[in-house]
Amino acid sequence: MKKNLNHTQAAIDRREFLRKLGLGAGAVAGISVAGCTRKEDASAISAEGTSNAPIPTDKMTHRVNPSTGDSVSLLGYGCMRWPTRPVANGTDGEEKIDQDAVNALVDKAIAHGVNYFDTSPAYCKGHSEEATGIALSRHPRDKYFIATKLSNFAPDTWSREASMEMYRNSFKYLRTDHIDYLLLHAVGMGGSDGDGMPPFNGRYIDNGMLDFLVKEREAGRIRNLGFSYHGDVRVFDYLLSQHDKYKWDFVQIQLNYLDWKHAKELNPRNTDAEYLYTELEKRGIPAVIMEPLLGGRLSKVHDHVAARLKQREPERSVASWAFRYAGTHPGVLTVLSGMTYMEHLEDNLRSFCPLKPLTEEEMQFLYDTADIMVQFPTVPCNDCKYCMPCPYGLDIPGVLLHYNKCVNQGNVPENAQAENYREARRAFLIGYDRSVPKLRQANHCIGCKKCVEHCPQQINIPAEMARIDNFVEHLKQGTL
Amino acid sequence: MLRKIRVALALIFITGITLLFLDFTGTVHTWLGWMAKIQFLPALLALNVGVVAALVVLTLIFGRIYCSVICPLGVMQDGFAALGRRARKNRYRYSKALNALRYGMLALLIIAFLAGLGWVVALFAPYSAYGRIVQNLLGPVWAAANNLLASAAESADSYAFYRTEVWVRSWPVFTVAVVTLVVLAVLAWRNGRTYCNTICPVGTVLGFLARFSWLRPVIDTSRCNGCGLCARNCKASCIDSKTHTIDYSRCVACMDCIGKCHQGAISYTRRKASPHSKPADAKGAAPESASRRSFIITSAVAAGTAALKAQEKKVDGGLAVIEDKKIPARNTPVVPPGAKGLRHLAEHCTACQLCVAACPNGVLRPSTSLDRFMQPESSYERGYCRPECTKCSEVCPAGAIVKIDLPEKSSTQIGHAVWIKANCVVLTDDVDCGNCARHCPAGAIMMVASDPSNPDSRKIPVVNEERCIGCGACENLCPARPFSAIYVEGHEIHKTV
Repeated sequence: MKKNLNHTQAAIDRREFLRKLGLGAGAVAGISVAGCTRKEDASAISAEGTSNAPIPTDKMTHRVNPSTGDSVSLLGYGCMRWPTRPVANGTDGEEKIDQDAVNALVDKAIAHGVNYFDTSPAYCKGHSEEATGIALSRHPRDKYFIATKLSNFAPDTWSREASMEMYRNSFKYLRTDHIDYLLLHAVGMGGSDGDGMPPFNGRYIDNGMLDFLVKEREAGRIRNLGFSYHGDVRVFDYLLSQHDKYKWDFVQIQLNYLDWKHAKELNPRNTDAEYLYTELEKRGIPAVIMEPLLGGRLSKVHDHVAARLKQREPERSVASWAFRYAGTHPGVLTVLSGMTYMEHLEDNLRSFCPLKPLTEEEMQFLYDTADIMVQFPTVPCNDCKYCMPCPYGLDIPGVLLHYNKCVNQGNVPENAQAENYREARRAFLIGYDRSVPKLRQANHCIGCKKCVEHCPQQINIPAEMARIDNFVEHLKQGTL
Repeated sequence: MLRKIRVALALIFITGITLLFLDFTGTVHTWLGWMAKIQFLPALLALNVGVVAALVVLTLIFGRIYCSVICPLGVMQDGFAALGRRARKNRYRYSKALNALRYGMLALLIIAFLAGLGWVVALFAPYSAYGRIVQNLLGPVWAAANNLLASAAESADSYAFYRTEVWVRSWPVFTVAVVTLVVLAVLAWRNGRTYCNTICPVGTVLGFLARFSWLRPVIDTSRCNGCGLCARNCKASCIDSKTHTIDYSRCVACMDCIGKCHQGAISYTRRKASPHSKPADAKGAAPESASRRSFIITSAVAAGTAALKAQEKKVDGGLAVIEDKKIPARNTPVVPPGAKGLRHLAEHCTACQLCVAACPNGVLRPSTSLDRFMQPESSYERGYCRPECTKCSEVCPAGAIVKIDLPEKSSTQIGHAVWIKANCVVLTDDVDCGNCARHCPAGAIMMVASDPSNPDSRKIPVVNEERCIGCGACENLCPARPFSAIYVEGHEIHKTV
């Protein structure tokens, strides 16, 4: 918003902006000069392990799946965040998956030893399986493992026929005759009053789908059967109690150094990763790790935290700590990362080719870091977009991510007396309009609660929307 | 030298006023707001005695320098005239004053004003015409350029520039602005100040005063060799070189003739006890105003309902399509707080569009209804009249929207909200909502059980009209589209609640 912005302030900002533009131009010139000297002196600065070193193609750390003997790369590719590009002649903001970019990412990943690709019929507005299938089918089938899910969330897909159709379509889209890893998708989610059992029974038991999938495993069309879990821990406990019956080949859980001990503290409806992992380890079930980076929340951290992590490993990314943390647990089969951009992939490959496990001291360092992080009031949104589309047009993850970004950058002032109030207010409000179109901002949330059951992080989205809207109103009216 | 001073001052004024109409951040107004307030018609309508008296005195001393320096429309015409002179030198010639036309025009406009047709005056008032041209034609270009800078700033992670919406508030008024610009450009290109000396009501009034001005260009007959160069360069066509007389009612004191005279026979000097130039006889009438009246009046949109259907969620991601809101048919138009009411606004507004340009919330736009044509009115499809904003009341130079402060604004009732049961998503979609009640700054909306006998039934909004101030937050934020389930009905006279 624009009003009440002191005009001298605006003038200074403009000057500052123009000055930065000038500096930017200077910096570009500087880089090109530096580039000349770099060539002559390459060996001196491209030391092993730094962020510029070439990534080895034969050093990927692997883990062996005890039930099938699969040698799975410790870095797995999450296919939930494929890059998109605007549709030509499409309506405003309409995007589709950028297949060329997907192909390039998959090629690079496979070339460096990544062999586990995790998708779902629901991902990327339902287009992930097809895009993943196109990219993977360009490689020999024995070079990679496919993981996909039975994502029958909507009640009208709970019928046996609809679920079966979804299962069959996965083969078609993924262009394969067998699925290496099949998961019951996000058990524990949904249900009124946080009771995850009724939706679980509706989706997999009453329609006989779980029994059917067990038979499919016997027939060899499914090589490993497992489930991914979010939310109500009673469903997790129930399924593990039935391990003798179903023989879970793997289980997918959310694990990272923040959720290890703080998941329940941040939201009573969630479960600490320490419990989930320990329960699996007890039974010798390999764990597939999702949200190792919390959708970027463990890489886009508050400046204090970033400085703390960078100080220990100045040449490695903030994100690398989170991946090394997840990979260090021996019972982990693979660590999934939804890598949208080539630089994400390259950075992660550096963390896993090969994995340098964390020492006990380093683990403790991360737990201490987590203790610091929980003090910042970010909303635990991982941008998975399960809540979308909001029937009333909101961009829910857009709003939450903007808020988190401002928290981390110190642009959420507590009151008008805060030292950087003017700059923070301007950054928050202008950045808000840039990140989220006006009609999709928090003030349009009507509180219908349709999104709540879809959030794997169990965020009370309408309450967060109301809280952020209230904050924005105070900022706009200058009554903070 | 005098000409250079005139040109320099004119450039300063036209630049300043243009910026006033372009700047959407409200920063320029802090410094240059006075430039709008010293315009003749706005000052007159604001009953700003000081400014009007000063302008009268100014004209009585210097002649019509108002028309050459302060009036942006006059300076704009000089710009077109200069281009015309570049195409053909010495293109003007003396013509007789069309007194019947200009005094007749003035009389007609006064009658129209007294008859409550203020917009007819506004149509011909120079400052308003210029404002409309800038706001409608230059404004979108300015905003688009700003948005380019905003994109650059965004990629540089700077908050120096922010995006603004580019939209045409009203196509009829846009058309008026285009027609005004084209007609004036053609007239000025060909004959200089034709409009100022035949149509413009301000020019006619000041021209009458300028006959008696103390300082004026005077031809020294002892030096004049009768070459007529002055007359052929006079954009007001007011120098009769044969009789060595100048019609001071039409002279805009541009000083061009002084420099043009090779003999140095013309000087800007004190009035001598010489007889007035004999009044020119009148004949003919220019029919050019007819084309202006050809504008389209849009009819009110028929009411209808199309509630947004909540779609079943099957896959992740994506954004629901948001239908644009449509303007509801209001029985009484809504005008912003400070306008006091429909009549006060109509009596004072010069339809210059400064408030429209300044409104940061997309609320104000020129009316298309015939009795208030081009004057501002509020509607809430793009935003609502936000509690922290009094921009329109700050910029209005004509006293049509009187300056108010925030407490006054928050207690001024400009209308009241009306609930449309058939559109409310609580009933059509069977969902909880209450977004109107949550955002009402006056606390005028309460949520009550839709079934009085069942306290657990879904809650619907009820409006306490006594507390409602008509700001439109409810209408703007209502999820029902394209027609909101709650909308604001205006009040003829604003009151304090």
